Formats: sequence, structure tokens, C-alpha cells
Amino acid sequence: MDRFRMIFQYFQSSSESVMNGICGLLALASVKMYTSFDFSCPCLPQYNMAYGLGIMLVPPIILFLCGLILNRQSLVMLEEWRRPQGRRKKDQAVIRYMCSSIMQRAMVAPVVWIIVTLLDGKCLICAFSGSMDPEKFVGFANVSTVQVQQLLAKVPCKDDELMRNSASRKAVSRYLRCWSQALGWSILLILIIAAFLARWLRPCFNQATLLQAHHWSNYIDIEQKIFEETCCEHSRLFAHKCILHFFESMRQEIKLHSFSLPKEGEGAEGEEDLLRGITDQDQVNKLLKMWYYEKPPLDVSQATPM
Amino acid sequence: MDKFRMIFQFFQSNQESFMNGICGIMALASTQMYSAFDFNCPCLPHYNLAYGLGILLVPPFILFLLGFVLNNNISMLAEEWRRPQGQRGKDPAVLRYMFCSMAQRAMIAPVVWVSVTLLDGKCITCAFCTLVPVETLGNASHPRLSQGEVQRVLARIPCKEIYNGQQLIANEVAVRYLRCISQALGWCFVLLMTTLAFLVRSLRPCFSQAAFLKSRYWSHYIDIERKLFDETCAEHARSFAKVCIQQFFEGMSTDLVAARCHLPRKAPADAGEAAEKLLGITDWGTMNMALKSWHRCKPPLHLHPPALSTGNGWAGEGQPPTHPSEPRRETAAYYSWV
Repeated sequence: MDRFRMIFQYFQSSSESVMNGICGLLALASVKMYTSFDFSCPCLPQYNMAYGLGIMLVPPIILFLCGLILNRQSLVMLEEWRRPQGRRKKDQAVIRYMCSSIMQRAMVAPVVWIIVTLLDGKCLICAFSGSMDPEKFVGFANVSTVQVQQLLAKVPCKDDELMRNSASRKAVSRYLRCWSQALGWSILLILIIAAFLARWLRPCFNQATLLQAHHWSNYIDIEQKIFEETCCEHSRLFAHKCILHFFESMRQEIKLHSFSLPKEGEGAEGEEDLLRGITDQDQVNKLLKMWYYEKPPLDVSQATPM
Repeated sequence: MDKFRMIFQFFQSNQESFMNGICGIMALASTQMYSAFDFNCPCLPHYNLAYGLGILLVPPFILFLLGFVLNNNISMLAEEWRRPQGQRGKDPAVLRYMFCSMAQRAMIAPVVWVSVTLLDGKCITCAFCTLVPVETLGNASHPRLSQGEVQRVLARIPCKEIYNGQQLIANEVAVRYLRCISQALGWCFVLLMTTLAFLVRSLRPCFSQAAFLKSRYWSHYIDIERKLFDETCAEHARSFAKVCIQQFFEGMSTDLVAARCHLPRKAPADAGEAAEKLLGITDWGTMNMALKSWHRCKPPLHLHPPALSTGNGWAGEGQPPTHPSEPRRETAAYYSWV
């Protein structure tokens, strides 16, 4: 429990940590989505390639866009990019830095999906079983061209009646899975080497510029957050003043219209202060009606201090 | 338990986070509802389409309306939209902003339902099984059946136990074909929605950032103002009730003293707080009278100023509460509690 709370607090402590957290969650979500998705190859000659490649490539695009949408910093970067210059210069290096860090984080979930897909092998088997050379496999060697296409297309479907115990089907399947896994591991290796090199060689080039860009991108993010919090605080105070001003003006209106004796100097109890001069049903009803029909203007400059 | 409480607190800390939380819960509820729902295709030619499309489209509509109902801000939007202008102008941009942000959140659960339904494939299989291309997928050499017969056979595709058209077209082939189309539609739908969301979110800073900041501030302001007004009214009601009840008890004890013609017993100077809190009611009979009077004849919603207290505990309900300075009953005036 304590550990969970510590992790939670760590991720909330800085917006970079929040983004890393979201990135990690999306990667886990991508694995979960793949395992819960019911992959069902159509096993038809014209449809296999489209289905297989579609399942391998369309969800990564969706995950990439989700990574961009869920990342708060992408909005901050866009605002910084599109704002009028005004009195503050725009630094292209900062914008480039923010863009590249956003892209890197957004790429993690799609890459995880593609690698998981390749390591599992179903997509590649479905997409490329029809492109196999039938001569290499005993069961398909002496069959007519049209039929061989149909048979090869049915390889991904283990439960099909024609393919149920076919040794050639298993051979094609193993062959394609082997290629798929080799491709998956190679891509993973290349990406990790690239990430390793990028991280280790980065300090050798432009370290000072990098530090500056990092600092100012962090600053822009924090400034945006603090501005939003200040606006919230301000609107709360504004609303408080506006309502008190409204009650006060109602009290004055009632004083004008009724003929009650002035009560100052009688040592009103604490409760009387809270009642703000509104002491009967009609006055309360009138106040509520005024609140709906004629909300007070958004101007507290005339408000008397309470 | 503690973990749940922390997550709950995190979401409550901020109104927008709270709404995002509700949105997420509804999306999870929609997937849970789908997996708990027992899909049962009728396997009859004219009913399949209606059932399949009904399950695909009616629950999202319900979830969309539910998204609006569960959103606290809907009444705020309606109030702001319908209020008379009065002394405060109305800004349509603020109303549009509020409506758009509510609609976006309400759309998430329906989109999740439609995506999960399409990716699962049962609905499309049920709805479109009669449209499977038998010529390309099926057995061309099968003896010709009438159109109606073919429709009836194809309609049974989703129900494997009663399917009798294995010679016409294999059940697995048809189901795989339909499920492939359904999943392709599902992924395309999700891609389309994600692209739309991305465009909406990223084009906004490019075009109308200043107007957006303004609308966001004022919509937040309206929300806070309403909450603060409710709190102020609640505070006022509390004080009103307290003074009203205090005056009722004071009035009661004064009236009873007058009725029994006792001299008012002056409380000793050092009686302390407890004696004051008794509000002059110090015996069983008086207390019972007070309780009976509270039930039978509640005091009017009209507080007297403390200096002009006239022991008006028995005032009937029909008294017009307009001029508080008017003395009501002369008999009670002799025994003012001052």
C-alpha cells in the first residue's frame, strides 16, 4: 500500500514522470489489447494479406495517435508554436526538443504492438501463407495452381476440416512463424541499440543547447499549469465577492422598501451577521427569484468590503 | 481500501479530473456490460438484421444519454442557457464550450461499445449472415434451392447447433468471412474516431486559443459561482432556522408565563450558560406544550428583530409578514422578556 502510494506520488511529482507513466500504461494496454483480441484469419486468398497486414499496422497508428492525444505536453508545444510572438521571443530549439520528446514517447506503444505481433507470429502467417512457394512443401507440390492457392490460404486455420492434421500445414506454419520471430527479435535488437547509442552519444553533441532546451520546455509546462491554477483561484474569489455583493445589495433594497427601525448598535448576535438582513420567507423568495431572473453583473469593483 | 480512497481523492481534487474519472468508469462499465450480456442471435431471416443492428446501435444511444445524465454540469448548462439576461450578458461561446466538453465526454462510452461489438464480431455475423456471397465462398455444385430456402439456411449460420447448410457453404468459412469484415470495420471505426479526436485537440491551439481560454475561464466561473451560492444559501438557511427556533422557544415561555400570571422569575446573575440554554422552559408541562405547539402550529417564516421581541409564539400561519414593527398582541406586551 505504502509502495503504491509512493509510486503514485513519484509519478505525479513532475509532468515528465506523468508522461512516462502514461507511456508505460499505453504499452501495457497495447499488450493487453493484443492478448484479448480474438485474431481470426479469414483463410481466403484475397483477404488474408489485407487482414494480416491490417492487424499489424492499423492498431499501431491508433496507439500512436492516442499517445499524442493523452500527452498534455503536445498541447503545450502546439500553443507555444502557434502563439503570436508578442514580447517574448520564440526559441525553435525548445519547440524541436518538445516535439522530439513527445514523438519518442508516443512511439513506444506502437513499437510494442508490432513486436508482440511479430513474436506471436499469427499475423505474418495469415498475411504471407498465400505467397509461399508450394514446391518447397510436400503436401502442396502436386496440386493445381488454383487449388494450391486455396489450400495455402487455409494454412492459418488449424481447425479447418481440410487442414486439421496436415503435416504440410504445420510445416508452412512453422516456417512462417520462424521468419516472423526472427524479424521481431531483429527489430527489437536494432531499436534497443539505436536507443542506447542515442542516449550515450547525446552528451557528445550540443550538451549545453540540450540543457537549455530541456530547462525552458520544463518552464513552459510549469508556467501553463500555474496559470491554470491561478485562474481557478481567481474565479473562486471573484465568485465569492460577487455573491456577497449580491446579498448586500438585496439587504439595501429591503431596507429601502420596508419601514423597519434601524437595528445598528443593538449588538446583533453572530447569527444576524450571517442572515445579512434577510429574515423572512418573502425576502428569501425574492432573493432567489432575483438570482435567477437577474444575475448580478460581473463587476465587483463597487463591492463594499464586508 | 486505502488505494481506492487515494484514487478517489485524486479524482475529486479537480472537477475536470472528476468528470474524466466518470468517463473512464463508464467506458469500463460498457465493456463489462458487453461481456456480461448474453448475445442470442434469433437465426431467422427477417429478425437477424434487426437484432444485430439493434444490439450494435441502441446501447450506445443509452450510454450517450446516461453520460449526460451523470454529468453534474448539464443542469448548469440548462440554467445558463434559459436564464433571462438581466444585468449580465450571455456569451454563446461559453455555452458552446460547455456543451462540447460534455458531449465529448459522453461520446466515449458509446464509442467503446461500438468498437468492442465490432471487434468481437457476433453482431455483424448475426446481422449480415444472409448476405454472405455463396457463389464465391460456397459449393457451386450444390442443387439449386429457392431464394427463400437459401435465406433460411444462411440465417442459421450464427447458430452452429442447428445449422444444416454444410453442403451449401461451410459454417466456419462463413463465420470467418463475416468476422474478418466485422473486425476490419471495427479497426477502421477506432482509427477514424482517434483521428477525429486528434484533429479536434490539435487544431484548436492553431485557431482559437484566446477564445478558448476565455470560454474555459467563464464556464469554470459559472460552476464555482453556483456552488458558492448554494453554500451561502445553506449557511443562511441554517442561521435562519436557528434564530427562528430560538424565537419560538422564547415566545413560548413568555406566553406561558403570561397565561399563568406568574411574575417572571429573574434568573440569578451567576446561573451560567446552562440556565440560558433552557430558554425559560424549565418543567415537564411547559416542554410538552412547546413540543405540541411545534407540531400543531409552526411559527411563521419571519424573524423579529431582537429588540422588538413581542412574545409572538402563538401567531397563526395566516399572518402576513410584511411590517415587522407592528405590535401583534397587546396582552403579551406587558411581559416582554427584555
